Amino acid sequence: MVAMLQLENVGVRYGKVEVLSGISTPVLQGGEVTAVIGPNAAGKSSLFRRIAGLLDGPGRIHLTEASFDPSSGTICYMPQDTSVNTVLTVYESILLARKQGSLSRHVSDLDLETVDGVVAALRIEAIAFKGLSELSGGQRQLVSLAQTLVRDPKILLLDEPTSALDLHRQVEVLALVKSLARERAMCVIVAVHDLNQVMRVADRVMVIDEGTMVRCGSVEEVITPDLLRSIYRVDGRIERCSRFCPQVIIDGPLNRPLAAE
Amino acid sequence: MAHSPAISLQQGRGVYRALVRRKQLILLALAVVMVLSVIADLGLGPARYSMREVVLALLGSAEVSEQISVVIWDIRMPVALMAIVVGAALSAAGAQMQTILNNPLASPFTLGISAAASFGASVALVFGISFLPWAIDYVVSINALLMAMGASLFIHFMSQKRGVTVETIVLLGITLVFTFNALLALVQYLASEQALSAVVFWTMGSLTRATWPKLAITTIVLAVSLPLFMRRAWALTALRLGEDKAASFGVNVRWLRLETMMIISVLAAVPVAFVGTIGFIGLVGPHIARMLVGEDQRYFLPASVLSGAAILSLTSVISKTIVPGTIFPIGIITALVGVPFLFSLIMTTRRRAW
Repeated sequence: MVAMLQLENVGVRYGKVEVLSGISTPVLQGGEVTAVIGPNAAGKSSLFRRIAGLLDGPGRIHLTEASFDPSSGTICYMPQDTSVNTVLTVYESILLARKQGSLSRHVSDLDLETVDGVVAALRIEAIAFKGLSELSGGQRQLVSLAQTLVRDPKILLLDEPTSALDLHRQVEVLALVKSLARERAMCVIVAVHDLNQVMRVADRVMVIDEGTMVRCGSVEEVITPDLLRSIYRVDGRIERCSRFCPQVIIDGPLNRPLAAE
Repeated sequence: MAHSPAISLQQGRGVYRALVRRKQLILLALAVVMVLSVIADLGLGPARYSMREVVLALLGSAEVSEQISVVIWDIRMPVALMAIVVGAALSAAGAQMQTILNNPLASPFTLGISAAASFGASVALVFGISFLPWAIDYVVSINALLMAMGASLFIHFMSQKRGVTVETIVLLGITLVFTFNALLALVQYLASEQALSAVVFWTMGSLTRATWPKLAITTIVLAVSLPLFMRRAWALTALRLGEDKAASFGVNVRWLRLETMMIISVLAAVPVAFVGTIGFIGLVGPHIARMLVGEDQRYFLPASVLSGAAILSLTSVISKTIVPGTIFPIGIITALVGVPFLFSLIMTTRRRAW
């Protein structure tokens, strides 16, 4: 059975402050990539943390084939980049991610095989035995993604996984995520700021603004000049530069007040 | 860095296995150092015995005189073993404090837990006031234990508050140290001359207070705590990747922290309650372990335990050899050896390890 995820009126409250409310989605199917976009501090990370079970709040999250217990590994969340200061190698940290929830302290050949596989898929062999605190921001992000993928999730939540990566790595990582989604019938939700990358990778786009979902639909439906204007307050157009990839081109003035429309 | 050669699939696994073997060897080496130190410790004292005599006495050989056997088994053995057990407990407590508070300066001594214990003990020594009236024999120890546990839990709950950073926890610890030192001074001021000397001697920390029952209690506490920590080895290591990361792996961070702090509070308090203030083992032991085997708890915890035990045992040896025939209170020696170490640690802390 394919993993499915659906949100129904989901919200998040910090004390009395409601940071997110009324998020409802259609059924998100395994194999699909859903991009979450929106301005900074719109509530994207809160949404991820709520789905991952790290925050409580109103609403219901429907899952099939996956249990809600994060330790089961069926639902995996990659937080935004945080630097760590710890004496662990990259390899150890990935193995650690795989062994979470296991009562056995024994490391089997299969465990190591899985770790090696993820290391190879993300092409991070060269840094595999470096210390985590020696890594650059981009390398940390790749390692963090590896820690998530090694748990073989059914639902994968990636909070800005490419924000520190160079252009080549951005394209590569998102392509890998997309192909893994297809291969493993994984339901992927990913927050990405770069709309051009979103258009390359996403099957569906959700727009979060000021704690609510303002749009949800296919890439063509959602990413429009109107979205650029109303959400990001820039003037631009969407051009189909090649057969596959539309591009956002910003050629208007910035900071146009909304009221002027 | 130029292009480092890509590690093939087989190599990644192989490199990991080799590193693990290295860590196991390091653990073995630490254990050997510890055992040798205990043997040396047993041989030293007002009467000095050779290593051969000690080993023969330990094996119960008829070759050594009855007198040597009695001195080694009945007089020196509890003290030598107490050094091992106390060093291990303080170091394990320090290691897990550093892990859950995410703080390289955390240890029972630096966070005021030892100071709290000293205050508790002084109240008993000076006023004969017991916080638990029915346990007269262990008044001093129990008062020290309760104060130490109170201080640990205070640190824990304060560290749970929103916006509390690594720096605030250290500051909190310092306020505890000052508070309890001031209270201790007050008690000393009010104390009779005889009680005062008892308090001063107690706060110095000395292994000569060791008895078989105290050794047994400390050993049991250690023997119960370590498996509890080891069961959570993966989760505790994950905590070092950041709270969010650990939570995303399904670790119940709040609960893990609370549970670990409860165990730590007993583990740190019991040795202090029995042998007085012995500083720096809880700080230095884990740092040495971290440099040797990294922070995978499956190796980090045993390495902390072994290095703490070895250091305290070696310190005990030093305390007997500075002036032959005299045994210096070990708390003085650990502080004197620990301060330069702590100093170098602070000065190099940006490089690695933290």
